[in-house]
Amino acid sequence: MTFEPADRVDQVPPSGIRRFFELAEEMDDIISLGVGEPDFSTPWSAREAAIASLEQGKTSYTANRGKRELRERIADDVAERYGLDYDPDEEILVTTGASEGVDLAFRALLNPGDQVAVSQPCYVSYKPGVTFAGADVIDVPTRVADDFKLTREVLEDSGAAEADALIFCYPNNPTGATMTEAELRPVAEFAREHDLLVFADEIYSELSYEHDHTSIATLPGMRERTVVFNGFSKAYAMTGLRLGYALAPPEAITAMNRIHQYTMLSAPTTPQYAAIEALDNCESELREMREQYDRRRQLVLSRFDEMGLDCFTAKGAFYAFPECPWDDVDAFAEALLEAKRVAVVPGSAFGVGGDGHLRVSYATGMSDLKTAMDRIESFLADQ
Amino acid sequence: MSNRKDVLAVLRENARQSNADIARQTGLTEPEVERIVDELESEGVVKGYTAIVDWEAVEEGDEPVRATVELNVTLDRETNYIDIADRIAKFPQVKSLRLISGDYDFDMEVEGDSMSEVSHFVSDKIAPIPEITQTVTHYIMESYKEQGIEFGDGNDDDRLSISP
Ligand SMILES: Cc1ncc(COP(=O)(O)O)c(C=O)c1O
Repeated sequence: MTFEPADRVDQVPPSGIRRFFELAEEMDDIISLGVGEPDFSTPWSAREAAIASLEQGKTSYTANRGKRELRERIADDVAERYGLDYDPDEEILVTTGASEGVDLAFRALLNPGDQVAVSQPCYVSYKPGVTFAGADVIDVPTRVADDFKLTREVLEDSGAAEADALIFCYPNNPTGATMTEAELRPVAEFAREHDLLVFADEIYSELSYEHDHTSIATLPGMRERTVVFNGFSKAYAMTGLRLGYALAPPEAITAMNRIHQYTMLSAPTTPQYAAIEALDNCESELREMREQYDRRRQLVLSRFDEMGLDCFTAKGAFYAFPECPWDDVDAFAEALLEAKRVAVVPGSAFGVGGDGHLRVSYATGMSDLKTAMDRIESFLADQ
Repeated sequence: MSNRKDVLAVLRENARQSNADIARQTGLTEPEVERIVDELESEGVVKGYTAIVDWEAVEEGDEPVRATVELNVTLDRETNYIDIADRIAKFPQVKSLRLISGDYDFDMEVEGDSMSEVSHFVSDKIAPIPEITQTVTHYIMESYKEQGIEFGDGNDDDRLSISP
């Protein structure tokens, strides 16, 4: 016998950014605008809380659903920020990153053959996650003409009415697009009309620069059909600590926890202490990071405008998504890397609708960012 | 008002940026930034710009001797804190001077070429001021953070160069 990947694994292509990653890793003098995580470190007081918990020997498992104290803080926090109302005992599950939450929701709530409308371009894990759960993907390509917002029209055009569930993410990775409450309403209406479950990845909710973040779960008739994913990775620069959470009605959380309790047991303990501290005492650090991202965002958008690179006004996360001036996006990204030592990621890595664009991350210090902009400008001028 | 706040925030992060770059980060035009910076300077909101130096990293011998000095004073009907502060602040050796709460009154930072220069300055120029009742000098031995900037090697960026 030999090791043959199972069919559902074999079905999933290797990550689209892999080849590009290998190219970039070979060079040591590059400025990378290809990074999907904060350049800041976790606020020191949160790190200290983690260290203190280790010193006190708090290294055992926690409750399956996460420390009760943390779930209470999460409940208070989402109530205050977004007007979400979830019960810490029954409706909150602390997960190993939002990533685990997404995987759990798919596996716990989808049946083989179910169809999931996946709004794209999107984070790379959704489509494989749907496949691993034995369900099928319906591609929903958002359009640059709509600033990559999800609209009723693209949902209808892509056949999402037939779907059992819908997943989307705003503020969005890779586009930086956001959606206001008014823009979410037709999406909510569509979900209600066609009785879709909604998976809302709100991991970038604190990084919305021009309007307050609205959670779709706050819209009428949505709470009962929505699972919200959020976490500490982006807002509190805690990616490596691997901590997130899911919010949903008790039936959904119970089902997700059924898998979680056997496969994960509990989310890592040390980061749960860091997270409690982050929610209690790191608001000013969060604000400071947000302000810095916003300044970088404005700088990048201005520079693109000045150098004639078409780019819609991205209002969230830490990405801009300019149109690629060449037809062959991969060739452009490679040439830019070779000639100017600046890494960006071809938009096609993020699914349908991303082709023809470049994901430019501004999770990079201001001085490197300025240098990178100079280099991109000179690369364009050389053509 | 909030434009001024935005410009001020950018300057406080790094004052050594072109008006064009400040404009790009704040959504203002370059002339607007120029006008706001002029205003901030002429109204005395922004008092100056300076480099934050890690003297440990500078060649041997160039490092100034620095001390923080606690000053106690007595006031009378004719003299208040401001009068005393004005006299002390005029000395170029005095780099900062603050009125503080607690056991002593002023917190003064002094800089000189040598320890004897600093101690002579304190004993010859500051201590004799009639309102000063006591001085306690603390020489600065090492600096780990100044004006919000941490010294030392800094954090290496060990993130993957490309990640989803
Ligand atoms: C849209 C989106 N969702 C989820 C994640 C994963 O987050 P976590 O670190 O909480 O697993 C990322 C990370 O890049 C992301 O961009």
